Amino acid sequence: MEKSIVQRIWLFYYEGFKSMTIGKTLWAIILIKLFIMFFVLKLFFFKSELSVYSTPEEKSNHVIEQLTSTDN
Amino acid sequence: MLLASLLGLSRLQFALTAMFHWLFVPLTIGLGFIIAIMETYYVRTGNEFWKRTTKFWMKIFAINFAIGVATGIILEFQFGTNWSNYSWFVGDIFGAPLAIEGIFAFFLESTFFAIMFFGWEKVSKKAHLLSTWLVAIGTILSALWILVANAWMQFPTGMEFNPDTARNEMTDFWAVALSPVAINKFIHTVTNCFVIAAVVVIGISSWYLFKKREDEFSRKSIRIASVFGMVSLVILIWSGDGSAVHVAKKQPMKLAAMEGLYQSTEGTPIVAFAILNPKKKISDMEVDSLAYSLQKPFLVNISIPQGLSLLVDRKMNSFVPGIEDIINGGYKYTDQYGNQQIALPVKERMRRGKLAVNALAAYQMAKEAGDEQSKEYALRALRENYPHFGYGFIEKPSDIVPNVPLTFYAFHIMVILGGFFLLLFGLAIFLDRKGMLTRFKWFHLMAIISIPLVYICTQAGWIVAEVGRQPWTIQDLLTTNASLSGVSSSAVLTTTIMFFVLFSVLLAAELTIMFKVIKKGPAAQ
Repeated sequence: MEKSIVQRIWLFYYEGFKSMTIGKTLWAIILIKLFIMFFVLKLFFFKSELSVYSTPEEKSNHVIEQLTSTDN
Repeated sequence: MLLASLLGLSRLQFALTAMFHWLFVPLTIGLGFIIAIMETYYVRTGNEFWKRTTKFWMKIFAINFAIGVATGIILEFQFGTNWSNYSWFVGDIFGAPLAIEGIFAFFLESTFFAIMFFGWEKVSKKAHLLSTWLVAIGTILSALWILVANAWMQFPTGMEFNPDTARNEMTDFWAVALSPVAINKFIHTVTNCFVIAAVVVIGISSWYLFKKREDEFSRKSIRIASVFGMVSLVILIWSGDGSAVHVAKKQPMKLAAMEGLYQSTEGTPIVAFAILNPKKKISDMEVDSLAYSLQKPFLVNISIPQGLSLLVDRKMNSFVPGIEDIINGGYKYTDQYGNQQIALPVKERMRRGKLAVNALAAYQMAKEAGDEQSKEYALRALRENYPHFGYGFIEKPSDIVPNVPLTFYAFHIMVILGGFFLLLFGLAIFLDRKGMLTRFKWFHLMAIISIPLVYICTQAGWIVAEVGRQPWTIQDLLTTNASLSGVSSSAVLTTTIMFFVLFSVLLAAELTIMFKVIKKGPAAQ
């Protein structure tokens, strides 16, 4: 029986990953790196300063205040 | 002091991340094309040797890609946290190119990457070759949009400032995407990537020849890489010349710092070799003008007369302004629209910048008070003085001078190493033609040493572009200190240390895996 396109794509990736040698190490490095970046650094250390403001107007006002509050 | 410390740390963190990211990106971009050329040989000749050769370099490509992928996202984290004023101020101009880059990176690269690595026995030779080429093209298309965004910061165009939102809004996409600075930057950067990959291929192949291994593989890899590298380097030098012309017109202070040029004359010479005088400081002109002018800029200087005038204006006797000239103004120059202008002194630009910043504040107050007339008046003042907006954040004229020694030496290191790689590619082509690639150990060593040198060269180029444009994040419109968020310097220090550790581990992983694969050699394919 002929496989569907979805099955063929799945098998393409599945067999590809299965046959990898050094690729497994590389994938492990990629996943660990992405975890550290998105679940440690981004979540706990890199909150956007403007995210405390809920509307674009509030964000604009904050930046305008920052830019114009210097001694000009 | 706190601000200075926060500014310094935030810049250090950004520089560390960007420079680390730039260790990986160029090899990915350049090697993608070399692999595609090798695979084209395989498809055209049917010779299994080329398939093995392609697969080996593809492995090096995969290692480099895997370690480097997504390291650039950290820069985007920093935009939001450390540089929130800047991120808001650039508006959608940064967002649009980065979104396009994301789409390209995700769909084009990830789809065809899978075929490239898993598809050798699953798709036809031609379909596989097409995927390899599409991956290579995808990498440079990704780079294009990042470089368009960077070029806009160096030469802001195609936008209008919205005083209600404090954002620059894109009014002409094509002016941003096809700005001459963006096109030149793209060509210069991509050919730089090609040169890096060519040097890496020649260097690794030469190591095999040095070890008397993989004779045919190494000679043929060097053959392809040296011709590819030479063609790329010639275009790189040509685009470097174009870059100097753009810098002279749009960022004259950067050019003055690159050349260590303080006071200029008509028929400006270009430095061939020089050692800067460390006592030459940029002090506030009014306070310390005598001490300033007494110090000579160089301890040793060998210059080519009229060289800089010829390079940037194509005229022997034109005037290329130096640092002091730019601060004092009063010289004639041609603006971006081709009109003759008299340069304003920095103090005048500071005055107009402060008018623009104050007009923005007045506009907001008038808006809140519902005073339409005052609002209109403030808006007019803002529009008239907006080209000087960033000067409103400058405290004294000497603040617009970047770090001269760093910019100067980085520029000259880049140029000298460029000449060295010209010699390397020329020698490789010559020795290959004469059938003598395996004979000379000194050539193998020269090629191996070239690998770290090519990375020093590219990082030096990055320093010239980014340190040389200080104090601006957006040329003339926003300074680095005005771009900062109100985060604490201890938080920035903590994350900088974390990045340093993370990057060091990643770099060590890359080098360990790569050395292992290289040691095994292409015979393991």
